[in-house]
Amino acid sequence: MMAVLISLTAGALVAAAAYLLTGRRLLHLILGAALLTHGVNLAVFASGSIHPDGVPIAPAGATSMPTGIADPLPQALVLTAIVIGFGVLAFLLALSYRVQRSANSDDIDIIAKQGNHA
Amino acid sequence: MNALVVSPILLPLLGAVLALAWRNSPASQARIALWTSAGVIVIGISLLAALGGHGLAITQLGGWPVPAGIALVSDGLSAALVTIAGLMIFTAVAYRRLSLRESDPGHCFHPLLLALLGGVCGAFLTADLFNLFVWFEVILISSFALLAMEGRSQQIRASVSYVLLNLIASALFLIGLGLVYGKAGTLAMADVGLIYQQASAAGNGGSLDLAFALLLVAFAIKAGAFPLYAWLPASYHTPSHAVSAVFAGLLTKVGVYALIRLTTQVAPGADWIREVLVVIGMLTMLMGVLGAACQSEVRRILSYHIISQIGYLIAGIAIGGPTAIAAVVFYLIHHIVVKTNLFLVGGIIDRHRGATLSRAAGLASWTLLTIAFLVPALSLAGIPPLSGFAAKLGIIHAAAGAERYGIVAVALITGLLTLYSMIKIYIAAFWTPPERVVRHRFGLIRTSPMLGLAALTVVMGLAAGPVANWSQSVGTLIHNVDAYRRLAQVETQIAEPTPPHDALVRSQP
Repeated sequence: MMAVLISLTAGALVAAAAYLLTGRRLLHLILGAALLTHGVNLAVFASGSIHPDGVPIAPAGATSMPTGIADPLPQALVLTAIVIGFGVLAFLLALSYRVQRSANSDDIDIIAKQGNHA
Repeated sequence: MNALVVSPILLPLLGAVLALAWRNSPASQARIALWTSAGVIVIGISLLAALGGHGLAITQLGGWPVPAGIALVSDGLSAALVTIAGLMIFTAVAYRRLSLRESDPGHCFHPLLLALLGGVCGAFLTADLFNLFVWFEVILISSFALLAMEGRSQQIRASVSYVLLNLIASALFLIGLGLVYGKAGTLAMADVGLIYQQASAAGNGGSLDLAFALLLVAFAIKAGAFPLYAWLPASYHTPSHAVSAVFAGLLTKVGVYALIRLTTQVAPGADWIREVLVVIGMLTMLMGVLGAACQSEVRRILSYHIISQIGYLIAGIAIGGPTAIAAVVFYLIHHIVVKTNLFLVGGIIDRHRGATLSRAAGLASWTLLTIAFLVPALSLAGIPPLSGFAAKLGIIHAAAGAERYGIVAVALITGLLTLYSMIKIYIAAFWTPPERVVRHRFGLIRTSPMLGLAALTVVMGLAAGPVANWSQSVGTLIHNVDAYRRLAQVETQIAEPTPPHDALVRSQP
């Protein structure tokens, strides 16, 4: 149940991101990128089986991964991915701010046109 | 041996930190960057000498075994690419000091360049898909900053599209990873390959195929393959000259390297990937070379040629099999050297004559620079006895052997059009008499970074036989997924749950 909910949410986020990324305004592109990374992070999170009532700690002397518990590895992966995504997004915001300032517009067609004239 | 596998990653990252500490002295930063990249070259060569074509070396990071831990594995290909990457950074730093004589590149330049080198080496060495993702991001974030560093509005604009497209590529990569992990339960490349082989033998490789399709698109964007290459010519001509030479040499090649690992280790026997890559490869060759034909700025022409060369590499990967991969390995090394060399000369043209070819003229009076341009240009076009000839011959030979005559035809046409582009640059920038007399000289020391790379092209062309033998054994080894798996020495089958543990968990409040 939990996995289905998370998958649906991930799908909805990616769909919204795809819509935003087709837009013409820089802000939409950035929001799209943000939603995309969130959706993808959720999808990776869901790839390790989700069990709400098991603690992911193996007993002493276990030689293999016990089942019935959430796999901690994808969660570690997602943590890394969140940090990376956050950093890149912050950088993108700073860049867009500069572009918006220099072009006096956040319409990418206008920005591209100015780029061709420069 | 183990330390050798990790050190190409640790050394540049350490160098980056050191360079940051000396941020008030550009000269010491440059010295740190030179020594660090020289160190990477030495490490790469010693790895290469130790491994030859058949050897493999592994380090389990933190002592954790695969699948819980991450392994770094070096084969001949990784070692060679690490060496070449170090050499490119070394040359770029030397070029900025000796050839451009720019005084202060900003105190972030050298640290970022070294971080980029660390990321590239990491990507070449890792045997884990998620770790590959992390190194991709290290490379990307360094390259974002290097691209936008000078802060001219043209650079910032180029960076926005570059960052956005790469962000999307990374998202696709990550979601592909998630699917691979969900299905295979591991991210170690060779282990995924084995599980895929078992699954497709049992007729249910379909869900892994889907994940591989996502990885394929992500790598294709990073490699600059058709139809996802538009970001490359839009951004590569904007950064400072040394930076764009490094980008041209190294960045897209990491994508190509990932494609090699994908087709040979992660998804061995996935014929559909290769069928798709055949079409992509041919179109990338043609689109790149045609795009170059209608450009008039030196660095833009060269950017489009990166794309057409990527087409050759992808075509080689698409043909598949030890012979074709061996040809790709040879081509990859040749291409990095030659392309960086051309961008370095292109930077000089740009600097002294302006970006557009119609304004550039009379460089032929600088004899050494002319040699430094002609050697890689003719090599790129595939004129014997330079390395490009043997590289192209290898790909075409493999294509003919696999009866892919479409690739043969497109490769030959592309070679011809490449020659046309190079002649165009040569006639406009070198041959045409200058409007005003060139006063200052461009001597041996100023040209030496470019001449060094040109010499390497010649040597690689003359020693094509031994190099091809080496790449043949590397090509055979890369296909031996079992060798990589045995190296990790850990069984992938996750054993059945232990009943006492379940009881233990449930008894908790």
